Amino acid sequence: MASGLGKSYRIALSGDRPTTAVEAMVKRMRNPVRRNAYESFDALEDLTFEIPWGEAVGIIGRNGAGKSTLLKVLTRITAPTRGRVELAGRIGSLLEVGTGFHPELTGRENIFLNGALLGMGRKEIQRRFGEIVDFSGVGKFLDTPVKRYSSGMYVRLAFAVAAHLDTEILAIDEVLAVGDAEFQAKSLAKLRDVATDGRTVLFVSHQVQTVTALCTSAIYLDRGRLAYHGDVPKALELYRSSFEKFALEQQDPDRRPGSGELRALAVEMGEDQFEPHAEKSVVIHLGKAPDLVGQYFVSCHINDLNGSVIAQCDSRLVGGWFDASREHTVRLTMRTPWLKPGRYTVDVFVCKTGVLDAWEGAAAFEVLPHNPYPELAGDEATGNGLVLADFGYESE
Amino acid sequence: MTRIVITPPARFSLPAPRELWEAREVLYRFGLRDVVLRYRQTAVGVAWVLLQPLAAAGIFSIVFGQVANLPSAGIPYFIFSYVGMLAWNLFNGIVGRSAPSLVGNQALISKVFFPRMLVPLSSSMAVLIDFVVALGLGIGLLVVYAINPGWPILLLPVWVLLMVLLGAGIGLAASAVMVKYRDVAYVLPWALQILFFASPVAYSLDAVPERLHALYNLNPLTWYLEEFRFSLLGLPAPAPWQIAGSVVVALLVFLGGTLVFQHLEREFADVI
Repeated sequence: MASGLGKSYRIALSGDRPTTAVEAMVKRMRNPVRRNAYESFDALEDLTFEIPWGEAVGIIGRNGAGKSTLLKVLTRITAPTRGRVELAGRIGSLLEVGTGFHPELTGRENIFLNGALLGMGRKEIQRRFGEIVDFSGVGKFLDTPVKRYSSGMYVRLAFAVAAHLDTEILAIDEVLAVGDAEFQAKSLAKLRDVATDGRTVLFVSHQVQTVTALCTSAIYLDRGRLAYHGDVPKALELYRSSFEKFALEQQDPDRRPGSGELRALAVEMGEDQFEPHAEKSVVIHLGKAPDLVGQYFVSCHINDLNGSVIAQCDSRLVGGWFDASREHTVRLTMRTPWLKPGRYTVDVFVCKTGVLDAWEGAAAFEVLPHNPYPELAGDEATGNGLVLADFGYESE
Repeated sequence: MTRIVITPPARFSLPAPRELWEAREVLYRFGLRDVVLRYRQTAVGVAWVLLQPLAAAGIFSIVFGQVANLPSAGIPYFIFSYVGMLAWNLFNGIVGRSAPSLVGNQALISKVFFPRMLVPLSSSMAVLIDFVVALGLGIGLLVVYAINPGWPILLLPVWVLLMVLLGAGIGLAASAVMVKYRDVAYVLPWALQILFFASPVAYSLDAVPERLHALYNLNPLTWYLEEFRFSLLGLPAPAPWQIAGSVVVALLVFLGGTLVFQHLEREFADVI
């Protein structure tokens, strides 16, 4: 249960904050009266919510909405600035797989070290040792230093330790993006077990599929505020619509990040709707900046509805360099992959050595619900995978 | 079931003993990790622990005992400086190892919660083990040199404890400050080196000119070194006020270090 939870960071206004004592002293001597000018930034503002027992809660929101900060406060990694949290039980965290693993130690030693760090007692670890080893499947290599492990083994072992944590509350931050598909499925199943076990799970993720699969309710954060707390579909809908709202705001060049020396003037789709297998084209109108010496390039990201970047089309890869002294209209044509039916957004980045203009959600398009394949099959035939591939089967 | 309440931290706070106790396994595992890591993939392993003070004592007995011909209170110079090094290495090791420990474990600090104090404290464990090994050799040397310190040797654990508290107090504060200001990493070794020469580690207090004695007597490290030599070499005990002072200073420094650590701890994850 959290009430009025807030976390502020101080951001120094006058350049960088001092990182050495001498710098700090010099600063203090120059301005003996005035404290460092700083601006307060609220990563979390006045969150109040209560999570019932045994609920698996997904925490979603755009980048920088405060999801990870919230989890850090709840797991006591960092202290809140205001408010109060009450936890009815121990909280274990799975914030990043493998933190606390030491490469020089063997698998066995790391299980004990990591288990202890996550809050398990020695007896508890010993009791679950067999299960952990079985789950991770690295039994043969228990006495090998983990620096010699493959990255997959490493991650599996780390996840296994954390997943066998017996805390009443478990906090998870995007850990499922690890391991091969089989292990991901296994992890997901394990987490579902945990959730149905009557334990409370807090789950931060960008992956909408995982949230849908795992969570019984969701919290949607918008810029540090609690925008919605309730059932999963509604929260996801809000999350998705936030992309559109964001895109609208980004129309105004002054609100976009980037140095602003050169901006994209407009971005249009070749068409509003495409067939899944059709060429997709984006037309970008670029402004001019006579003061800017040399050439710049453009990079487009194609994102699906869940915010996953499906493709990055960087003009450098195909020799697309543009002269800054005059305006340009460039057309990006993406021939493959085929896209699944649904809505997509395009982010446009204009870069030289740094980012000149970052326009997220510059355009959007629809892919029609048609089947590009020669035969029809049920939805489950295309349900997995982010894109559609142009493929064939021949027997030899 | 335990109920945990998280609130914004108060300005000054002492660590919760229950929390520390529950996390004792972390202390043990960290200590074990340090010990294991130190000797894994080394050819002579634990022998390094012995070689280091032996070599230092050897050099000191040549430079100070033979070349400079300094007095050593009637004790063979070698064993005299070995005992000094024993005590110094304990102090120096604890301070020197705990200070960079938080910065060295950045990933942990910003990713997992556990009582942060355990990080610098656990780095003392490996130093203590080194000390015990070196002490064993020291006692062997006492037998070889036929020195019988008598009953004062029973007080040795007390002096060791005081030295550990002193070192840990400084180490806690230094490690916490280093999270914010990395200057500590540069200043500390330098300060320790000066302290090494300013304290009668490699030479005896007898070799110090009379007019500097007052200054030396004010250096707490002198007290601890004299206490070690009193317990191990059978030399006269330091003045009672120094013994009392050594207890008070050790406790105060440890308490002070803990308070500084707790005060800075709340922003570790944000600034590290």
